[in-house]
Amino acid sequence: MSYVSMNVKDAPHGEDDEAHEHPSERQYIKIAILLSVITFVEVAIYYIDALASILVPALIVLSASKFIFVVSYFMHLKFDDKRLAWIFAAGMILALGIFVSTWALMHYHQIVDYVDRML
Amino acid sequence: MWMFLASDCMFFGALIATYMIYRGRSEAMGAGPYPSELIDIPYTSVSAFVLLMSSLTMVLALAGLQRGDLRASRLWIFATAALGTIFLGGQYFEFTEFYHEGLGLTTNMFGTTFFTLTGFHGLHVTIGVVWLLTLLFVSLRGGLKKDDSLDLEIAGLYWHFVDIVWIVIFTLVYLIPYDDMASESEPHASRVVGLAQSMLNGLF
Repeated sequence: MSYVSMNVKDAPHGEDDEAHEHPSERQYIKIAILLSVITFVEVAIYYIDALASILVPALIVLSASKFIFVVSYFMHLKFDDKRLAWIFAAGMILALGIFVSTWALMHYHQIVDYVDRML
Repeated sequence: MWMFLASDCMFFGALIATYMIYRGRSEAMGAGPYPSELIDIPYTSVSAFVLLMSSLTMVLALAGLQRGDLRASRLWIFATAALGTIFLGGQYFEFTEFYHEGLGLTTNMFGTTFFTLTGFHGLHVTIGVVWLLTLLFVSLRGGLKKDDSLDLEIAGLYWHFVDIVWIVIFTLVYLIPYDDMASESEPHASRVVGLAQSMLNGLF
């Protein structure tokens, strides 16, 4: 892990020890069970009419929690050099930027109409 | 590898953005078949579960190699590749079913964006399976030992990335209901029983 995390000699002072802490196999299994439970809940709430009003936000929260668990524990980002987390976060932020830009491009006329009405 | 994953985030960000922007447009234009007529949630749930569990086998393979247990490492690498192959088989079956229902790449906006997004994800999984099988072959030839765990870790990061992309696709493409989803007349109870049966059939 540490080689992907960073070269130990390049590690900022005090972070090299942290970079070696990784979950045990038992913890990996516990996280996998948790991920399975979240997936089951995601699918189950899809079929519950009473939750229809909060279905989309609930699904997004559950999906985001699965995403964070896999990235943090299975990809070890929680335990690795914070610079790697920033690199990955930069990709995510740019991906979000692409999403917003594409949406704005596709809804250009609606946005212009809305701004005209506001003015 | 992290730089590559960050750039791949942008790649899938563009594909997912396109899918979400055109979501529902096929219905508006009256060009079926529509997602709600085709998407099988229980079936895809099993596929999602299979890919999720392949992330567990991947970390177990790496943990085995890092403690010098080559036998365990090989076993878990094989299990990961096998689960990836099962996922790909499921995707092939799904694509075939959709095609037989009349959905092609150019049928409507759903077909174009769905096949492009999930097809590129499937391509990533295929590359991951080939990569893992190559590492397994190298390991069996004695070329993957405790000191070489970096090689497996890099493959593992790629594999987990493929998994998190599917986590997003599973929610946005499959689980978030489409507008005409509400027209389903099947009672809840029978749908829940059907879901449980499908998940059990998929597992055993």
